[in-house]
Amino acid sequence: MSLQTPLNRVRGLGSAKEGTDHFFRQRLTAVANVPLVLFLVWTLLTTFGAPYEEVRATLASPLTAIALALLAISAAIHMRLGMQVIIEDYVSAEGPKLGLLVLNTFFAILIAAVSLFAILKLSLGG
Amino acid sequence: MASAADKPARRARPLSPHLQVYSFLINTVMSIVHRMTGAVLYVGSALIVWWLAAAAFGPEAYATVAAVFESIPGRIVLILYCWALMHHMFGGLRHFVWDTGHGFDLAMVDKLAWGTLFASVASTALIVLLAFSGVAG
Repeated sequence: MSLQTPLNRVRGLGSAKEGTDHFFRQRLTAVANVPLVLFLVWTLLTTFGAPYEEVRATLASPLTAIALALLAISAAIHMRLGMQVIIEDYVSAEGPKLGLLVLNTFFAILIAAVSLFAILKLSLGG
Repeated sequence: MASAADKPARRARPLSPHLQVYSFLINTVMSIVHRMTGAVLYVGSALIVWWLAAAAFGPEAYATVAAVFESIPGRIVLILYCWALMHHMFGGLRHFVWDTGHGFDLAMVDKLAWGTLFASVASTALIVLLAFSGVAG
């Protein structure tokens, strides 16, 4: 016989109040990634083998800078969510799972941060 | 006291059917490839960020990246990365079709799976062709 009330026993075991949030953000960033990734492919294609000054000028142009900055944010969110599912599917031990989920978030943020810094430096920096 | 071996859960019991009993379906393969290309793109994003950061860092850093990207192994990696990107994109578009509740009958599932593979290879070929046709700087 437990002295806990029934309410106290189930508290914290229910919904995380996130619902379809993971699914929806995965799809939202997927939609955004389609045109942005095609733009990245085009940018890589047209700058491949070009002299440095030309590459720099392309990356510093407002259209390219904004598109690549949006991609950095959208792709980082998308890849973090995707890798989170892979980790949750294949790593069942709580410790390693938590560690990998933390590293996953750090990696995604690092990718976004370095990209955004590089884009800003190319566009605004000397 | 009963030992752990006596507990019903520990006795050898027949297992449920596993992977080998299912017949080959292209949809299964494309599902696995979708996840694999996702993981490849995850790791490969570091390459794209390296390229971008080098461009921001200066001519010498950029020259290093450009030399790696323009080498034969570098080109092969970029083409494979491009295919992974296209495959994951078309695989994602396939999921958008399913998200609307359509395309779940077996004939359509097969068509979408083969279509994803065909579109990813065709678009990669087109991009490689564009690279050789002088679009590149």
